[in-house]
Amino acid sequence: MTFKVASSPHQHAMRNTAGLMRLVIYCAVPGIVVQGYFFGWGILVQLILAVLTALVSEGVFLALRKRNFERALGDYSAVLTAILLAISIPPLAPWWIVVLGTFFAIVIVKQLYGGLGNNLFNPAMAAYVMLLISFPVQMTAWAPVQALTQFSVNLADAASVVFTGFTTDGYSLGQLQTNIDGVTLATPLDQVRTDLTLGLTYHESLQNEIFNHGMGIGWAWVNLAYLLGGLVLIKTRAINWHIPGAMLGTLAAIAAVMYATDASIYASPAFHLFSGAAMLGAFFIATDPVSAATSNKGRLVYGAGIGLWVYLIRTFGGYPDAVAFAVLIMNMAVPLIDYYLKPRVYGHWSKRR
Amino acid sequence: MSMESLFNRLKAGRLFSFPGGVKPPERKALSNQTAIAALPLPDKLFVSLKQHIGVEGKVQVKEGDKVLKGQVLTASPNPFAVPVHAPTSGTVTRIGLHAAAHPSGLPEQTIEITPDGLGQWTTLSPIPNYAQLPKMKIIEAICNAGISGMGGAGFPTHLKISSKKDVEFLIINGVECEPYITADDRLMREHAWQIRQGIDILVHLLNPGAVLIAIEENKPEAIDAMRVACKDQSRYLVCPIPTRYPAGGEKQLIQNLLDREVPRKGLPIDVGVIMQNVGTCYAIADAIFSGKPLIERVVTLTGESLQAPGNYWVPLGTPVYHLLNQAKYVSSLQQKKRIIMGGPMMGFTLHTDLAPVVKTSNCVLVPSDQAMPLPPDEQSCIRCAACADACPASLLPQQLYWHAKANELERAQDFNLFDCIECGACAYVCPSDIPLVHYYRRAKADIRIQEQEKQKSDKARQRFEARNARLEREAEERKAKHAEAAERRRQAMQQPADNPQDKIAAALARVQAKKQAAQPDAVPEANEDKVAAAIARAKAKREAQQAQTGEPAKASALADDPKKAQVASAIARAKAKREAQQAQTTETVESASPAASDDAEAAKKARVAAAVARAKAKRDAEKADDAPESDAQPAENAQIDDADAAKKARVAAAVAKAKAKRDAEKADDAPESDAQPAENAQIDDVDAAKKARVAAALAKAKAKRDAEKAASTTETNHQPDDITQVDDAEAAKRARVKAAVARAKAKKAQQQDDPS
Repeated sequence: MTFKVASSPHQHAMRNTAGLMRLVIYCAVPGIVVQGYFFGWGILVQLILAVLTALVSEGVFLALRKRNFERALGDYSAVLTAILLAISIPPLAPWWIVVLGTFFAIVIVKQLYGGLGNNLFNPAMAAYVMLLISFPVQMTAWAPVQALTQFSVNLADAASVVFTGFTTDGYSLGQLQTNIDGVTLATPLDQVRTDLTLGLTYHESLQNEIFNHGMGIGWAWVNLAYLLGGLVLIKTRAINWHIPGAMLGTLAAIAAVMYATDASIYASPAFHLFSGAAMLGAFFIATDPVSAATSNKGRLVYGAGIGLWVYLIRTFGGYPDAVAFAVLIMNMAVPLIDYYLKPRVYGHWSKRR
Repeated sequence: MSMESLFNRLKAGRLFSFPGGVKPPERKALSNQTAIAALPLPDKLFVSLKQHIGVEGKVQVKEGDKVLKGQVLTASPNPFAVPVHAPTSGTVTRIGLHAAAHPSGLPEQTIEITPDGLGQWTTLSPIPNYAQLPKMKIIEAICNAGISGMGGAGFPTHLKISSKKDVEFLIINGVECEPYITADDRLMREHAWQIRQGIDILVHLLNPGAVLIAIEENKPEAIDAMRVACKDQSRYLVCPIPTRYPAGGEKQLIQNLLDREVPRKGLPIDVGVIMQNVGTCYAIADAIFSGKPLIERVVTLTGESLQAPGNYWVPLGTPVYHLLNQAKYVSSLQQKKRIIMGGPMMGFTLHTDLAPVVKTSNCVLVPSDQAMPLPPDEQSCIRCAACADACPASLLPQQLYWHAKANELERAQDFNLFDCIECGACAYVCPSDIPLVHYYRRAKADIRIQEQEKQKSDKARQRFEARNARLEREAEERKAKHAEAAERRRQAMQQPADNPQDKIAAALARVQAKKQAAQPDAVPEANEDKVAAAIARAKAKREAQQAQTGEPAKASALADDPKKAQVASAIARAKAKREAQQAQTTETVESASPAASDDAEAAKKARVAAAVARAKAKRDAEKADDAPESDAQPAENAQIDDADAAKKARVAAAVAKAKAKRDAEKADDAPESDAQPAENAQIDDVDAAKKARVAAALAKAKAKRDAEKAASTTETNHQPDDITQVDDAEAAKRARVKAAVARAKAKKAQQQDDPS
């Protein structure tokens, strides 16, 4: 009779990688729903396109690399990457944007670096930056919240715009971005930025119709929804609080200091925290375990670094939002952080007794 | 923090904490519901010789021996050895390799005992009055009872409690943090008092500042029982510990209670702590109060595949198959037989159910596949660092994993691989099912092997280098010796002191001397003789010089065979001696007759002859003396000549000697016996006396010289030939006798001369 010989421990926690990924996806659902509510059906089209592209490219490449692709596809890591990219790009961006971006994320950023666990950069964010730099027009064409637009967009319209550039009624994407008065509406971050360059004050900028109580209409809710999902992730111990805490804390702290210094040209901390991809980035993107720092001390530095870069680029840089850049920059710093911020190992004390 | 404030803090129920840890499902209710039960004896007991950390003892029994329960089976003077004892009475049926309770699955030396079922005890010697005995006696008794740590590692208890350092806290570990295991739980519940007695003994030995009895909060009954047992002792404190694996790890427990960390590569005593398991305390009490050695322990038989899980008193050496039968193993619940010795976190799977229970076996876990699914194949690490969060040693398990997997052993050590306590928390939480601990174990083993090989190769290198150095030194010494020898040879070539050439030269000289001695009648004139001798000497000297400088080739050719020459010369010497004897006797006869026949003539003749003989003798003697030094005539057949020369020289010398003697006698006799007036009547007394005196002196000198020669010959010539030796000795004797006679005669002659 043969005995099963195995190495201890014999008992295992029931959580596995796929379960972890699924949990993250579930926690992103509130944000996605809110985002869909405010910005229309486009996000669903993008999600479908992204997930399909991710699964196909991952499967093909794993097969080319002679790996067990069935199993790897089941770990949901590619799906999560696709979802994060899909919710980051403008909902009505042309189909090839998301397909190209997802392919780039999965194949170039992840598989060519050795697959899951070996990539230096966050695949979704690397792809996002690639798209932003290569196709700035398409990548900045965020349609305003549905409530403010001239035309309403249903699912068929959204799909039509994504695939053809025109709605079923023949309206172009540019027309969809206008309000009832025919004025093109920007995102809140964009609006404030543009107004400040035009010599307006921060408070004058907030008078724009896209704002309500000093917050971008819709965007604040989206961020709140991602915050909720993120809190669930922390609660379920899928992620540690260190990265989002440090990132949001740094962002808020710097914003508070600057806002206190000169409220006319610097946005409030609340504006920074609830605009753009702040919450999505803090809880869902920066926490990507593969490309983040690994010790808790390191995570604090990593998160703080992202918060700092987000603020710097938003305020002084050339782009309205900066989560993707900030994450990539800190990705590069991870090996250094991990090297210098090792936890003190038990028994390696000097004087203490 | 001072001891007292720590104690008060703990008394107030405030603990510190330790990082990491996990909370696996406990599943202790499976086995802790019933009291510890006894099991029927198995048909065979397999007592492993080594059941602890350390060395095994020497077997004290042999196959076929009857043993009694508790009888000692092994012994060793090594302090790292603790003995094992017979768990019951019976017969030693086999001593040899048997499956062992070890993760490697390798067999170990084991004494197989077939129980006789009587359970007959050996004589026990309890020491209930231990407090009156010297501490060493108690420690010895604990060692002789075979007690080693029963919590897991199995460190010999007597070593732990022999600490010379001050003990602030004696921590009694009843945490039992591994899921499933309830052996200590039940022991504390049922035998709290005996554990307390064991603690008392330890306190007596160690004299700690306080005793902390740590029990995990999930064992409220045990906590109560121990509190009751220890309530009269104000310095004994039962400390409930929050349930979190691995709270029962020695280092973690110290950190949890005292916020102290055992220094790396250090021991708990370095932070003033000694820790003992509750089971060990129980065994110590057994050993001291009952004199019983450690022959059984509580083992938790548990797992979903057992129908009768529970805790049992199991004799050490009981094979696992017996336990499975007793606990009603249901094989259908396991696809492949999986038996874990120890808990689910740190236990190891057995390779066979023949393996016996040993002193450290606290649990036999047989889970069902459903309750404890086999882990799937490992997936990619996603660097989630859940392992780092779980690590109680604050290591970075995923970095260790990367480096261990890539075989970057040095990097793994940089990340403090050896501080890993292999608790398994990291692998427990890993979402990618990576068997992290397995990687670490392998890396550690590889490093140990590397270190051993390095040590081995270091030793080999040292040996090799030492050998090279030695060879080099020897070569140099040889070279120096050769150089010295060459130098000596060169010097020898320049100043021929005592090389074979000289011997040959001496031989040649002897030849010449012999030639001259061989014609004693031919040259009667002393004058002529002297001249000739002088000439010959000069010649010989010149030739000797020539032989050195002018004819090195020949000389060396002769020198080639010095041994032969020596042998030849030896033979020659022997012959010469023999002939000398003959010559002596002949001459004696010859010389006697003429003296007797014609007195007048005889006297005259005798006188002349004596003079001639004296001169001759002198010459010969000189020759003989000079010859070895100077005469070096290169002859064609030098060897033969040498022999001849030696012979002749001897003969000549002997003849000369004899003559000298005779002459001396004659000279002595002459004045007395000169009754007849001879033709030379003018020869007056004065002349005669003068002559006689001269002759006597000469004779004396000669005799002395001869004696010396003879003596030196005897001394130097060690010949293998018996006869020669005898001859030599005889010759020497005779020569000495002769010399003595000559001296005496000479004296007499002088005395006679003097009055006149």
